[in-house]
Amino acid sequence: MSHECCNDFTRAQLLRGAAAEAGKGLPAIEPGMPAPAGTGLTRRRFLSRSAGLALAVYGASKIPLGAFERGIAEAAQSDKVLISIFFEGGIDAMSVLAPVGDPLYASLRPNLKQTPGSGPVFTEDERLQWHPGAKALAELHGAGKVSVFPAIGYEHPDQSHFTSRHYYEIGELDIGQHAGWLGRYLDVVGDEENPLQGLSMDGSLSPMIATAEKPVAAIDSVDSYDMWSPVSAPISDEMFETFARFGSLPSDSPAMLQVRRATKQTEQLREELGALGGFTSPVTYPKGEFAHKLAGLANYLASGLPVRVVTLRAPGGYDTHSDQAEDLAKYLQETCEGIAAFQQDLEKRGLQDRVMIEMWSEFGRRPEENGSAGTDHGAAGCAFVIGSQAEGTMVGEFPGLAKLDENDNVRVTSDFRGMYCSLLEQWLGFDSARVIPGAAALERPTLVKA
Amino acid sequence: MAIPKVTPTQAELDSTKAGGKHRPDKHGKKHRHKNRHGQKDGHGHKRRKHKKRKRHRRKHHKHVLPSTPSAASPPPAPSAPAPPAGEQRPAGSFAGAFGLPQATRLLNRAGYGPAPGQAAAVASMGMVAAVQSLTRPSGAANLIGPPPTDDEGAPLAPADIWGHDHLWWLDRMIRSDQPLVERMALVFHDWFATSEGGVSSAQLMIDQSNVFRNYCFGSFFDLFKAVTVDPAMLLWLNGAENVKGAPNENYAREMMELFSLGADRGAYTEDDIREQARALTGWTYDWSSELGAHNFHFEPRRHDNGLKTVFGRTGNFGWEDACQLCVENPLHPSFFVEKLWSYFVGVPPTPETRERLISTYVGSGLQIRPVLEEILMSPDFYEGPPMVKPPVVHVASMLRATGRHVDTSAWVWLGSEAGQQLFWPPNVAGWDDTRWLDTSRMRARWNTVDVVLDGISVDAWEPEVPYSTTETPEEALARALAAWGNPELRPEHWGELLAFAQRAESLITAKWQKGPYRALRLNALLQLIGVSPDLILQ
Repeated sequence: MSHECCNDFTRAQLLRGAAAEAGKGLPAIEPGMPAPAGTGLTRRRFLSRSAGLALAVYGASKIPLGAFERGIAEAAQSDKVLISIFFEGGIDAMSVLAPVGDPLYASLRPNLKQTPGSGPVFTEDERLQWHPGAKALAELHGAGKVSVFPAIGYEHPDQSHFTSRHYYEIGELDIGQHAGWLGRYLDVVGDEENPLQGLSMDGSLSPMIATAEKPVAAIDSVDSYDMWSPVSAPISDEMFETFARFGSLPSDSPAMLQVRRATKQTEQLREELGALGGFTSPVTYPKGEFAHKLAGLANYLASGLPVRVVTLRAPGGYDTHSDQAEDLAKYLQETCEGIAAFQQDLEKRGLQDRVMIEMWSEFGRRPEENGSAGTDHGAAGCAFVIGSQAEGTMVGEFPGLAKLDENDNVRVTSDFRGMYCSLLEQWLGFDSARVIPGAAALERPTLVKA
Repeated sequence: MAIPKVTPTQAELDSTKAGGKHRPDKHGKKHRHKNRHGQKDGHGHKRRKHKKRKRHRRKHHKHVLPSTPSAASPPPAPSAPAPPAGEQRPAGSFAGAFGLPQATRLLNRAGYGPAPGQAAAVASMGMVAAVQSLTRPSGAANLIGPPPTDDEGAPLAPADIWGHDHLWWLDRMIRSDQPLVERMALVFHDWFATSEGGVSSAQLMIDQSNVFRNYCFGSFFDLFKAVTVDPAMLLWLNGAENVKGAPNENYAREMMELFSLGADRGAYTEDDIREQARALTGWTYDWSSELGAHNFHFEPRRHDNGLKTVFGRTGNFGWEDACQLCVENPLHPSFFVEKLWSYFVGVPPTPETRERLISTYVGSGLQIRPVLEEILMSPDFYEGPPMVKPPVVHVASMLRATGRHVDTSAWVWLGSEAGQQLFWPPNVAGWDDTRWLDTSRMRARWNTVDVVLDGISVDAWEPEVPYSTTETPEEALARALAAWGNPELRPEHWGELLAFAQRAESLITAKWQKGPYRALRLNALLQLIGVSPDLILQ
């Protein structure tokens, strides 16, 4: 029943010690950080005919506005985007790719087992069968656009949602680190003034893109970023100016710094996105907020918004301790169909070679189902790298159910940190050792087409 | 197994989405409200109409702005009244003056903020009496002021109408004369975070919050036991589906990791969790389409009577033993005092403070109140840095400061957007209070302030009474501050507000603008005070 058991990790990790050291929160707001420079950055509104959007353009005040049309088109062809999609709660990898060909499967999963033939065969290992709800993902895999990790994790897997998720978010096995692995990447390559470079399409910022210095953003709605008040122009312009000043004054405590940073970034985003109108998509997306966010994201990318890394949560919750089958099927299908529509959209818009998706969960679940038609926390999970430029082959193998780990869980055959190193190096063209500790010792699978 | 399952409806299934963002019923509400409120600046017309209509409806209890003082000046440094003669403070407690800032902090963190004038009254009591007036309430709580209603003025139906549970509790936060009981209930709602998404019954959620109210100052062991077999918890972490022969580990793990011991401290092993799950077997409930889940009870034949070994101790443990094993684990007292501390103080306790709190906790037989009193009188509580108010505390304190009561269900979805809908914590670890503020949640707080000011801000264009054409910047600021109960502002914020008021006046270039622009200026000042760091921090 409690399929939404896991969300923000940093808290349990520090036993609320983090709260006691207030200000560790919004990662762009670490204590001791210098206030970002450039409050007077020039920003011009620009109506792009090609994108059909009003954009806020930063800097480069001497460039004639018309030149941005070409600039947007060029940026749209060069910058790589990495999207992280999180199955929150520990998705049951043995349901996504059911080992129907393993002789022990049926006895470990008397109630939850899938019947052979009920879903598409996983062509790279015919012991495995895709969940029927993952049909759209199986089709992308068939088209060579999905690299599959059937048993990903790390050594000595931790079965706490919060600890394990934290490891994935920060890209190392250390409970003390705060900045996310993609946040650390942005700290090196990111812009001082562009919060859109790291974008959580969610009610709050994902710890994965938590930076130490560079601004990043969370937006819940792709449709609007309106801030209400019974105040109209010209007085409202002055009001927002004062709000921005609240965000720029000096801080003498971590909590004050946190308020100021959030205030400043909110006002920046209001200026930037307030003018964005509705959008249309070249393909039909399935219903639901998740697909709608992906549709909005495709529109952002097509509009040339300077987005580098994006995080989303898959719809639903996957901490399926009881009554697993129905919810898992529904939400897995919603996720996979949303991604398939997004991929089509990118292809229609000619953006498919700019975008890679990485889809993950904090762990897999116990091979042996429990007495509540559900599964408890396990070890090896599944991950997927999706995109036109994905290598499209399996990484690691499904290790079988005959030999389990010391806690009777599926053994790990690939390390998530190796996946991160490959994405950084092969996709983002970035030295992974600058972000992932111990990168040199990690095996890097080929994830991107040569 | 013949245990009937609670079969969720389609709407409930939708509502189990993490983050609670997509409940169709809620979505409908959200959009309705947004539309009523106007989606964008460009729809200002619609919005104004709505506001006008709404203000008309509220006319009968329209807020009267306090009369304008003749001049505003930067807030004077609050004078510290001497503690009442003969105040005996416990050794090691805060030794400084207990004045307005200290009383304000106490009321903000150990309650839901001061009503106008309350901080001065509490300051005059002295620290010890002030703290004890909160930690030692007598009798049942009284709810002061008009009862809560929905947007149509009808009484709430907390168990039956979606979101009314949130309004019901928010109302208690605003009106209870035992505010610390309500604050501690919120602490334990976060500590033992249970979500209606997994329980599917607002009544069971409300019942659980009453467990927190009843036990919040007593023995933690008693509270822990009550929570362990609380129906909402039995549903949320599958305790009622944990049966001999097929244990469900969900509660066993979280009771150690999140409720009593903490992860990554070496307090327990995976084997301890599996054995503990066996000790916890046996609880179940009946189910009918009429009553839903009911009659939660222990059924001996569902309990595993074998020997279990937990933390190196072996016995035929049951659910009460499971709780006892946790609180007797050597790493429990340090977990308890640090976790409780973290809700009230913005810096970690020093090693000495931590040891003193542990000794108080253990010495009292695991009582909550003595530890809490020590925290609320500690030097770090008053001298430490500010903390960010949780969203529900921010809104409750604003409603208290402006004298409003619950009369709209907007607080439900605004709370959700700001990151905190009561009874819907994001997961079993509760709300992450290191992440209360980001661009999404700050925007929601801004919009929340706008709704708080509904009925307080003025109509600039079609006023019932023409707005003053002569109000000075100082007068405007004083009037806006008075509407907020004259909160203490940092001088630099006060300076920015005054500078804004002056800039706004310089925009008046035509005669027709004199009144309307001043009215807009007042509205902007009201809004800016609500989103100022002074009102967001505690």
